[in-house]
Amino acid sequence: MTQDQSASRFSPEVGIDLAAARKRAGTWRNAGLASVLLSILIVCVLVLAVAILSGTGTTILAKLIKWTPFLAEGFLLNVVMSLIAISAGTLGGVFLGMGQIALVGWISWPSKVLTQIFRNAPWLVLLFYCIFLLPYQVKIAGQTFIVANWLRASIGLTIPVAANFSEIVRGAMQSIPSGQWEAARSLGYTWRQSVFQVVLPQCIKRMLPPWMNLYAVLLMATPLASIVGTQEALTNLRTALQAEADGRLLLPFYAYLLSWFFVYSYPIARFSMALEKRFAIH
Amino acid sequence: MSDPFIRLHDVYKSFGDTPVLRGVSVDIAKGEVICIIGPSGSGKSTILRCINALTRVDQGFIQVGDIQVTAKNLDMVALCHRVGMVFQQYNLFPHKTVLQNVSMAPIQVLKQNKAEVTERARALLGKVKLGHRANAFPGELSGGQQQRVAIARALCMQPQAILFDEVTAALDPEMVGEVLTVIKEIANEGMTCVVVTHEMGFAREVADRIYFTDGGLIVESGPPAEFFTNPADERTRSFLSKVL
Repeated sequence: MTQDQSASRFSPEVGIDLAAARKRAGTWRNAGLASVLLSILIVCVLVLAVAILSGTGTTILAKLIKWTPFLAEGFLLNVVMSLIAISAGTLGGVFLGMGQIALVGWISWPSKVLTQIFRNAPWLVLLFYCIFLLPYQVKIAGQTFIVANWLRASIGLTIPVAANFSEIVRGAMQSIPSGQWEAARSLGYTWRQSVFQVVLPQCIKRMLPPWMNLYAVLLMATPLASIVGTQEALTNLRTALQAEADGRLLLPFYAYLLSWFFVYSYPIARFSMALEKRFAIH
Repeated sequence: MSDPFIRLHDVYKSFGDTPVLRGVSVDIAKGEVICIIGPSGSGKSTILRCINALTRVDQGFIQVGDIQVTAKNLDMVALCHRVGMVFQQYNLFPHKTVLQNVSMAPIQVLKQNKAEVTERARALLGKVKLGHRANAFPGELSGGQQQRVAIARALCMQPQAILFDEVTAALDPEMVGEVLTVIKEIANEGMTCVVVTHEMGFAREVADRIYFTDGGLIVESGPPAEFFTNPADERTRSFLSKVL
């Protein structure tokens, strides 16, 4: 009996069914869980390594822990801003994108122009515009509401997201063969029905990866809001460093914040890949 | 022929500077099966696409039943209730199951009762011998099966006429037969059929009348027996000598 045979005979006895385990690991739930654990592990190792390498490990670690709630507060704002911008930007992008391929000139031309202008403008410039041009307070039904800095920043980030998503929508919709439009039309579907019943559902699969990618880019762009004074993670990190006034804290603190962004976005990237595979069946 | 169901009168159509139809007139009676044959680029498909308004004509007049296809305020829903179309590339909706493909338009466009439409769709799938694949997705079917689903989809709109646009041209040879059999059945049940095809044997067998197009004109038409054995026009003779 060769070694291979004995091994294959042996493994069921210890209860490891390798093929089934691999299959289970291939499902997106497990892949997602594994990647979260992996990223948390990486973060711990990274932060510890930086802390230990800088010598006074324990004090730095204590400082990191001390400032964690303050940093987390800021990071929450990054997440909130990114969620607002991706939601509003996606909605706006769908309509801009559909507008771009509309058959009516007075819809398609403005959509194209808006998309190109905002897609080719630096995000930071758009952010400045929104921060300083949007009203600081609005009056609704006699009541005055203050428009917070971070809300204006979210709107500023929404604009480039919408313009970029508009191009993703346009590209996906144009990649649907013309025969699909014709078949829908020959069954009596109007243009709008064709879009919502036939074309857009087929686009979701194609749009998902670039959309997730766009969200990752957006999240990484949210610290831009610190330049205009939003109390997000980077602003808070700078505040913490100034309060501590200790040069040795610089590297570990930035590494710590970087790792948060990684931990948050890496599982999303993995999830999008898994979704892609799932959609690929049809 | 006193009262044609589909009538094209002196239809002109150009794409840019290229004239595709240069004065086409055809009258098709209810229940009639006509085949349009001719070299590629002669305007066969464009004739079909003009009939169901996928292509708007430049000049001329088209009527289907009580509907003026060339009218400015054309009611697409009403037109699609009268003429169905089957395409060369099937054009099934890949994100919907076979059953949904067949039933969705009557439900969503004609606003018919969902249960009734589903029942009708199942019956039609049975008729095209695909009752067992109702829950499959189009991508899981062979070309011939997809084309039969496309025919069931067109039939589910309960049209009075169906346009077939080179429906076997994209199929593997062994699948052509199953699709042609279905079309033959439909034709024999009295459906008005306008068939653009390169299958001469099929045209000869099922057509009541054959139209030969060349250069955007209908050069010749006649019953198949006469058309194939004794073509009058030189262009028809030359074309037939190449394909027969």
